[in-house]
Amino acid sequence: MAQNPNPRQLMQSLPWQRSEKMTKKLIIIGAGMAAGRMLEHLYDAGKDWDVTLFNGEPRGTYNRIMLSPVLSGDKTYAEIETHDADWYAENGVTCRFGEHVVAVDRAAQTVTADNGDVLGYDKLVFATGSNPFIIPLPGHDLEGVIAYRDLEDTERMMSLTEGQKAVVIGGGLLGLEAAAGMAARGVDVTVVHIMGHLMERQLDEAAGYLLRKALVDKGITVKCAANSKEITGENGHVKALMLDDGTELPCDLLVMAVGIRPSTQLGKDTGLAVGRGIHVDDQMLTSDENILAIGECVEHDGAVFGLVAPLFDQAKVAAATLDGTAAQFVQKEISTKLKVTGCDLFSAGDFEGGEGTEDIIFRDPARGVYKRLVIRDDKIIGVVMYGDTADGSWFFGLMKDGTDIAEMRDTLIFGPAYQGGSAVDPLSAVAALPDDAEICGCNGVCKGTIVEAIQGGAQDLPSLKASTKASASCGTCTGLVEQLLEVTLGDEYAAPEAQTVCGCTDLSHEDLRLLIKSKELKSQPAVWQELGWNTPNGCHTCRPAVNFYLLADWPVEYQDDPQSRFVNERKHANIQKDGTFSVVPRMWGGITNATELRAIADAADKYNVPTVKVTGGQRIDLLGVKGEDLPYIWNDLNKAGMVSGHAYSKGLRTVKTCVGSDHCRFGTQDSTGLGIKLERALWGSWTPHKVKLAVSGCPRNCAEATCKDVGVICVDSGYQVSVGGAAGMDLKETEHLAAVATEEEALELSIAFIQLYREHAKYLDRAYKWVAKVGLDWVKERVVDDLENRRALVERFELSQSIYRKDPWAEEAENAAKYAPIADLTLEAAE
Amino acid sequence: MSWIDIGHIDDIPLRGARVLKTPAGCVAVFRTAENEAFAASDRCPHKGGPLSEGIVHGQSVTCPLHNWVFDLNTGAAQGADEGQIATYPLRLEAGRILIDGASVGQRSAA
Ligand code: SRM
Ligand SMILES: Cc1cc2nc3c(=O)[nH]c(=O)nc-3n(C[C@H](O)[C@H](O)[C@H](O)COP(=O)(O)OP(=O)(O)OC[C@H]3O[C@@H](n4cnc5c(N)ncnc54)[C@H](O)[C@@H]3O)c2cc1C
Ligand code: SF4
Ligand code: FES
Repeated sequence: MAQNPNPRQLMQSLPWQRSEKMTKKLIIIGAGMAAGRMLEHLYDAGKDWDVTLFNGEPRGTYNRIMLSPVLSGDKTYAEIETHDADWYAENGVTCRFGEHVVAVDRAAQTVTADNGDVLGYDKLVFATGSNPFIIPLPGHDLEGVIAYRDLEDTERMMSLTEGQKAVVIGGGLLGLEAAAGMAARGVDVTVVHIMGHLMERQLDEAAGYLLRKALVDKGITVKCAANSKEITGENGHVKALMLDDGTELPCDLLVMAVGIRPSTQLGKDTGLAVGRGIHVDDQMLTSDENILAIGECVEHDGAVFGLVAPLFDQAKVAAATLDGTAAQFVQKEISTKLKVTGCDLFSAGDFEGGEGTEDIIFRDPARGVYKRLVIRDDKIIGVVMYGDTADGSWFFGLMKDGTDIAEMRDTLIFGPAYQGGSAVDPLSAVAALPDDAEICGCNGVCKGTIVEAIQGGAQDLPSLKASTKASASCGTCTGLVEQLLEVTLGDEYAAPEAQTVCGCTDLSHEDLRLLIKSKELKSQPAVWQELGWNTPNGCHTCRPAVNFYLLADWPVEYQDDPQSRFVNERKHANIQKDGTFSVVPRMWGGITNATELRAIADAADKYNVPTVKVTGGQRIDLLGVKGEDLPYIWNDLNKAGMVSGHAYSKGLRTVKTCVGSDHCRFGTQDSTGLGIKLERALWGSWTPHKVKLAVSGCPRNCAEATCKDVGVICVDSGYQVSVGGAAGMDLKETEHLAAVATEEEALELSIAFIQLYREHAKYLDRAYKWVAKVGLDWVKERVVDDLENRRALVERFELSQSIYRKDPWAEEAENAAKYAPIADLTLEAAE
Repeated sequence: MSWIDIGHIDDIPLRGARVLKTPAGCVAVFRTAENEAFAASDRCPHKGGPLSEGIVHGQSVTCPLHNWVFDLNTGAAQGADEGQIATYPLRLEAGRILIDGASVGQRSAA
């Protein structure tokens, strides 16, 4: 028999000991978009790295370029996060977010973190991005002077409220996205730009003019050829920007978006070769063979970078280099788009013109369309488009490939649809694109790759994004990708609904709500007429929305229109798949008694109700009632004191309660009592989507208050009110709104929150979706901090309830005839 | 044709409908915003939804169950959906709604 192995030998042969010896240590400084993409490539290749990821920002990788949609409220941060905690955990990345690397020792191959930790590496990657440039004007260090780079900056801008003032210095891509985003929130924005026209690096003067006009139409003040002189302050906070011609521009926030500088300090300190950026070769190696660099911090062949497309290429090359495979970074032409709704522009290449170049220009002033191609030696060398950019990628493709355009010169400007005499159809244009035409500029995805993925089973936008990355970054190519889906799948493809309310109008829900208020439109015909509806009286999509907006904004002047409601809300019952209905009487706070139960039992007998069910909302459902019996069964239930439970409405549904201090040994307050008070106050109200509440008597939370639109948890010191929960298609825990001491305050707070939701949310947005769009802080400012506003909200709710806090069943019982057939010819036939 | 009086146009809500029971099955009688009247089958060819409970817009109705839209003039489903509902001749005389009895299976006129 072999001798016993000694413990040391045993240890050395343990599997984890082995793997630690073989797995190489990779440290990455910066978890920006370049680093995130590199990690994906690294794991796709399947190699084992022991990765430690540092990031100055207290979070992992997100889609930085989508901060502008977050700012304007079109997206939430959650939607732009590309790598979440689960992803890092699954891939075994050690995350050190919120921590800076402060030093690198190349000889010892170690980095030092800001808390003093020293970590060894086999390979090190600099992905430190860049720093926004701050003009050292007097006053630039005042509170309220910010750049536009990260989530913190974005949130700072989002914290401005309607009517507050902001000044943006810089009329380039970032400055204009910041300005438009804040303007969309009702902030009074002025853009100060030093050059004669906006985005002068991407646009010529004509396109710059059209862009300026569109921004002015959005209510933004634009000052070109303006020189900033000084920022003035008050109590350490920014007060105004002074221009050198003496103009004073008062502001609550000043955003500088005047350019970026590669973040190279650490690289310099480390002793790497650094010029404008950290020098890298075609393999993304720095002057130290164990150190790579990618992203905005690098300089390659004299160039530095500020858009994601080249960074993603670099990330791929760096991953290959780490893997020991050959790859080479090649600089390519890049194009630019602006992510501001309603300002479609596209620019690529050289548009300065000059000797030996010719222009082909197309203008349609009425539609605000401008297109210009710059041609040299029968090749496109520059493209500028404004207003209609659909053909941008086609021109860009011709430019990159150096295609000879002599043959199609006469019709070139009209785009691919006109080449070869085919019909004018955007789909045929997309169909005509060659397979190597680039569709997604950010990720360098060409048509062939997308079509292949569609044929391989990725048959909608989300799965295409996942499999090809097309339209996964800035999103401006989404339209093209959808057209490819349509071309490839034909009728099988159901296009997602556009951002407009429906086909009857070009307006979004948000604009529609604003216009109804600002133009004081108080009837449906006023809406159709004033807002230019293209159908006589809307359709099943817009009419219920318009009906709700009108009754929410003008409760007294506007009369609710049952014919603009879905059948359930018109018949005050839920239609079933066989055309019968379900009837749910209200049980206030889940409390019932023998009389009510007896009446329900009698009704079930009398109307042959096939199914009686206890619902998830603490009450009883009578399912399978015939339409014409509805008024009669309601009448019977009314007689026993019961009213409609609105189990069918975009309105208050139920207030669930637990037994609370009346019975439970843990109960701290009368949760049942508060639940009943809430239900009595809120019932009958119409809301953008359904509203459910619950009140629990203690933090054990037996009423499941933390997944409702509004949840109250009773505690010894009072009531904790939280909002924005859901447990349907999405599972969402509520977020804390406020803690209050008295029942009255809990009631007021809940009502004020619901009224704010009624006044601002998009029809069919559940409260949690709306809160995600406007931000909980915005809500808090209005219902928690501002007591006067809270009271005003409650008053407006009460005014509306003076009309709507009624039992529709009692009212409809008088209209029983309407529920019966208009005539019965089968009887006449029998006579 | 044999015209049968089935009621007054005001018995139907504006942009609404009522059911007419006939030997040929339930017929939905619609009234548009412009006070036009139409009669068509009350059964959606998709999954039998009661069209009389749908939203009436322009000269169309949307089925309450899954939103198919039908043109009340022709009975044809609109947009991408394919389907057809029967339509029945109907006349308005001084506010009275008259339907063609023969078309809905009525043998003798009243
Ligand atoms: C009757 C009931 C199921 C039951 O037997 O328990 C029910 C039945 C229906 N629910 Fe529900 N929901 C019922 C409790 C719930 C709950 C649980 C709760 O409220 O505690 C939820 C999850 C909680 C939530 O809302 O966050 C729930 C989430 C949904 C959803 C998803 C909502 C969402 O925002 O994700 C829908 C679809 C919708 O509203 O668009 C829905 C829609 C429906 C509809 C109305 C579907 C329809 O349009 O026809 C069902 C009608 C059935 C019928 O013919 O009567 N029902 N539904 C419950 C009635 C409660 C009540 O007393 O009013
Ligand atoms: C609002 C906005 C809109 C934009 N829109 C577009 C667009 O439409 N199209 C487009 O192509 N590009 C756009 N860009 C540019 C694009 O976002 C950048 O090119 C890209 O994010 C750069 O990626 P990166 O990985 O190089 O750097 P970053 O994403 O900046 O990441 C660098 C990270 O490194 C961290 N870091 C730095 N030093 C250290 C250190 N010492 N220790 C630890 N961590 C450190 C930083 O905290 C940072 O998180 C936009 C940028 C902004 C701000
Ligand atoms: S879970 Fe689905 S099937 Fe069940 S009641 Fe709710 S909506 Fe209907
Ligand atoms: S039953 Fe009419 S649309 Fe489905």
